[in-house]
Amino acid sequence: MDNVALLVQIFFGAALINNFVLHYFVGICPFLGVSRRIDMAFGMGCAVTFVISIAALLSWTFTYYILRPEAPLPSWLWRLAGGDPEVQIDLSVLSYIMYIFVIASSVQFVEMYVRRFFPPLYKSFGVFLPLITTNCAILFACLEIMKHLQDPMHLWGLAEALTLAIGGGVGFTLAIVLMAGIREELELCDIPKPLQGAGITLIVAGIMAMAFMGFTGVDQGIQNFLNAMIE
Amino acid sequence: MVATSPTAFERFLNGIIPENPVYRQLLGMCPVLAVTGAMKPALTMAAATAFVLICANVLVSLIRSLLKPHLRILVFTMTIATFVTIADRFLAAYLYEMSKELGPYVPLIIANCLIISRCEICASKQSVGVALADGVGMSLGFALALASIASVREILGSGTWFGLTVLPSFWPTWGIMVLPPGAFLVLGLLLGLVEWIGHRRATST
Repeated sequence: MDNVALLVQIFFGAALINNFVLHYFVGICPFLGVSRRIDMAFGMGCAVTFVISIAALLSWTFTYYILRPEAPLPSWLWRLAGGDPEVQIDLSVLSYIMYIFVIASSVQFVEMYVRRFFPPLYKSFGVFLPLITTNCAILFACLEIMKHLQDPMHLWGLAEALTLAIGGGVGFTLAIVLMAGIREELELCDIPKPLQGAGITLIVAGIMAMAFMGFTGVDQGIQNFLNAMIE
Repeated sequence: MVATSPTAFERFLNGIIPENPVYRQLLGMCPVLAVTGAMKPALTMAAATAFVLICANVLVSLIRSLLKPHLRILVFTMTIATFVTIADRFLAAYLYEMSKELGPYVPLIIANCLIISRCEICASKQSVGVALADGVGMSLGFALALASIASVREILGSGTWFGLTVLPSFWPTWGIMVLPPGAFLVLGLLLGLVEWIGHRRATST
C-alpha cells in the first residue's frame, strides 16, 4: 500500500503541484505556439502524453540496465571481458546522447505506427508529432527518471517512472487546454497592441502559475485520505 | 530574412538586436524562464548555451557537405547532446554548487530550439567563419536577454544584483518575482516593452 501512496504522490506532484509547464517551464514552445484553439491544444497534449510515456518506458529500461552506476549489463560484459571485478562501471556520461536518440526514434516510430494503423488520428496529430522531438518536456521526464536511478538504495521501478511520465503528460494537457480556452476568449478582448500574441499569453500563464501554486499540499491530503481509508 | 546569404558581420549583428533569439524569435524559452531568478545562474546558463551553440555551429558547418537531408535533425541533436555532456561535466567538476542549482536545465540545453534552429538556418548552409560569427552574435543576444530578465527579477525579488544589496532596506521585496509566476509576468511585460519601443521607432522614422 506504501507503493500506491508513493505513486499517487508522484502523479499529483507531476500533474498539479509541480506542473511541468507552470512550475518547471518545460514545453513552453508548444504551450505558446499551439494554444490558439482548444481542439488543437488537446491534440498536442494527447500526442505529448503518448510520446512521453513511451520515452519514459524506453529510457527507464536503458538507464536501469545499461546507464546507471553499477548497471547489470555493462558490469557483466566487463567481467566477461576479464576486467577487474572491483571496478565500478558507470556509463551515465552517455545518458544525454542516449535519451535524445531514444526520444527522436520513438517519435519516428510513433509517427509511422499511427500513420499505418490510425489514419484519422494521424491526420489530427499531423504536424505536432515531429515537433515533439524538440519538446523539452519529454527530455525533462527522462532526466527526472535518471535522477531517481542514481542512488542504488532508492531505485525507482518502472511503475514510478511511468506514473511520473503520465502525470507530467496529463499536467501538460491540462495547462495547454486551459490556456487555449482562455486565449479563445482573449480574441474578443481589447488588448494593448504591444502585448498582443506572446506577451499577453505569458502574463496569463503567470496568473495560471499563481493559481497552480494553490495546489501545494494536495498530494499530502490525498495520501492522508488514502491512509485513513485503509485504516 | 534576405534572399542572398548574409555575411559574417551581418549574422553577428543580427543575433544581438534585430533577430534577438528571445525577444524577436521567442526561442529557448525554457532556460529563459527557469534560471533567471538571479544574475549568477542566468549568466552561467548563458555561458553554457554559448559554448554549445558556438561549438555545434562550427562543427555542423564543417560537416555540412556530408549531411543527408532526412538525417540532419538527428545529426544536429546528437552533436548538441555531445557538447552539452561536455559542458555539464565541466560545470559539475569546477562549479559544483552552480551545477546543483541549475539542475536539469543544463542537460535541457539539448532541447533548446535556438541551437537547432541556428544549425538548420545558418550552419548547415554557410561556411565556418559565418557560422562562428552567427553563433557568437546569437549567444550575445541570448545572454543580453537572460541578463535583462534576471536583473528585473533579482532586484525586485530579493533587492540584490549579483548578490550585492542595491535596494534600501525599507523596500519590501516582491517574493513572487523569484517564484515561477514572476518569470512569466516579467517576460510577458518585457516582451511588450520591447515591442512597444520597436513600434515607436518604426513610426517616428
